[in-house]
Amino acid sequence: MQTAVRSSLPETELASRANFTPHARVVREERSASAVGLPLSIRGLRKSFGDNEVLRGIDLHIPAGQFVAIVGKSGCGKSTLLRLIAGLDKIDAGSISFGQEIQPEDIRVMFQEPRLLPWARVLANVEVGLGRDRASGDAHARAEKALIEVGLADKRDQWPSVLSGGQKQRVALGRALVSRPRVLAFDEPLGALDALTRISMQRLLERVWRDQGFTAILVTHDVSEAVALADRVLVIEEGRIAHDVSVNAGRPRQRGSVELAGLEGSILSHLLSADDRT
Amino acid sequence: MSLIDSIPLPRSVRLPRVDGLIQWIVPLAIIAIWQVASVTGFVPTRVLPAPSDVVLAGWKLLLSGELVRNIWVSFWRASIGFLIGGSIGFAFGLANGLSQLSAKLTDTTLQMVRNVPHLALIPLVILWFGIDESAKLFLVALGVFFPIYLNTLHGIRTVDPQLIEMGRIYGMTDGELFRRVIFPGALPSIFVGIRFALGIMWLTLIVAETIAASSGLGYMAMQAREFMLIDVVVLSILIYALLGKLADSASRVLERLTLSWHPAFQKR
Ligand SMILES: Nc1ncnc2c1ncn2[C@@H]1O[C@H](COP(=O)(O)OP(=O)(O)OP(=O)(O)O)[C@@H](O)[C@H]1O
Ligand SMILES: [Mg+2]
Repeated sequence: MQTAVRSSLPETELASRANFTPHARVVREERSASAVGLPLSIRGLRKSFGDNEVLRGIDLHIPAGQFVAIVGKSGCGKSTLLRLIAGLDKIDAGSISFGQEIQPEDIRVMFQEPRLLPWARVLANVEVGLGRDRASGDAHARAEKALIEVGLADKRDQWPSVLSGGQKQRVALGRALVSRPRVLAFDEPLGALDALTRISMQRLLERVWRDQGFTAILVTHDVSEAVALADRVLVIEEGRIAHDVSVNAGRPRQRGSVELAGLEGSILSHLLSADDRT
Repeated sequence: MSLIDSIPLPRSVRLPRVDGLIQWIVPLAIIAIWQVASVTGFVPTRVLPAPSDVVLAGWKLLLSGELVRNIWVSFWRASIGFLIGGSIGFAFGLANGLSQLSAKLTDTTLQMVRNVPHLALIPLVILWFGIDESAKLFLVALGVFFPIYLNTLHGIRTVDPQLIEMGRIYGMTDGELFRRVIFPGALPSIFVGIRFALGIMWLTLIVAETIAASSGLGYMAMQAREFMLIDVVVLSILIYALLGKLADSASRVLERLTLSWHPAFQKR
């Protein structure tokens, strides 16, 4: 089987995004019964915008199904890294590989803004997430299942404008989940929510991640959120991964436990010392 | 027609039943006062005929069939001109909103033409077409073109780029992206264009029919002026107002149906 690698070479970039042979489709359907996370290997990844060297060589391996959190000060390139993983921007140098052929539906991103279509009802918004399967006969059923997963089955016929911020974000999560992705990337998805809604969304994220087993990459500026959810917290500084901290606490985790608080403190001090140096 | 018009009232102001009646209080009061003023001789009938005289004139013209024929002719000119100008404006708006190349090629030219008041072309248009139907259709189409063009273009250009990116991430083809994201996103702005265009449509038609026509409401008014039939003149003006109001209401209904997702149009 062909190995999909996102690299600076244009042909392979295309291969991972656009060339989906009928053969690949069959493969996908066979394993969709037990969708599992994909491993992720990043080697020497670089990205600049003009003179601004944002990522200066990221090397990283994420095992399948791991929950990774990425923290770092504002503007350090977290979103840039996420966009490269999701294939939304072009890589300057280096590579990102998933170890096997991937479909666009295998990787989903969730942003800080829900990005729902205001003119589509909640259910139709979730159906958007099916990608090329949107037109298939079971689209409704699959979207409804995803809505049940995020606890919004009763809102299926509402317009997005009547939902609260947290509910909108849950619809966006349903849309991201409906295609059973194998990698789910979150770019501060809870950043705009109030404290209580955040905590219930964090629980929801953890639950769907445990149920579905996708590889989760969460960018957040909230270190306590990172240690509460992730198996591993990465700190990005000056375009590189400066710290790689494992969180070994068992699940379900006790928020505010001494163990997590200690980890949170040490990660925060990393971040702050980097700030003092600049 | 103004921008203020197109900003829907907040929900609390809209009382479902009473609302329909309230808007007629002022026009009815004006008519009542007018009638009294005419009957008492406060306003000489040579200046302004009583509403009852206007209604009577309308009744006579209705019986002779002249009224219906002229209204029909004007209505036909307005709709055909609107359809022609509107669809060309819409097409250019789409093309220039979606394609950089097309925008570079035509937008500057169109912006220059826009600065020519289309009614200033009347002498030229009469030279070209005479007082033929095509002269009126041309003027209406030209007048309608710009508001539709500009608002379609603006609507498409201001669709939330984050939504477009979302559509691409979720694998929408260009056609799907247009149908599901770009067009619905541009629709509120397109409606603003349609409502401006409707106003311009009537204005253009009145002027064109008054100056160069041998049928239609404007022509009927001009004929009546020659014979000093002031009641018919006032009748024509009122009918124009009524038709304008009708067109505006029709576009509002359409707006309400297609924009039911918009928070401003959700009735509870
Ligand atoms: N499309 C772009 N064009 C030019 N510069 C960009 C672009 N996207 C990001 N940058 C720059 O790259 C740097 C990293 O941006 P990025 O959005 O990845 O930061 P971030 O870590 O996500 O920050 P935050 O925590 O504030 O979201 C910033 O200096 C930003 O100005
Ligand atoms: Mg960011």
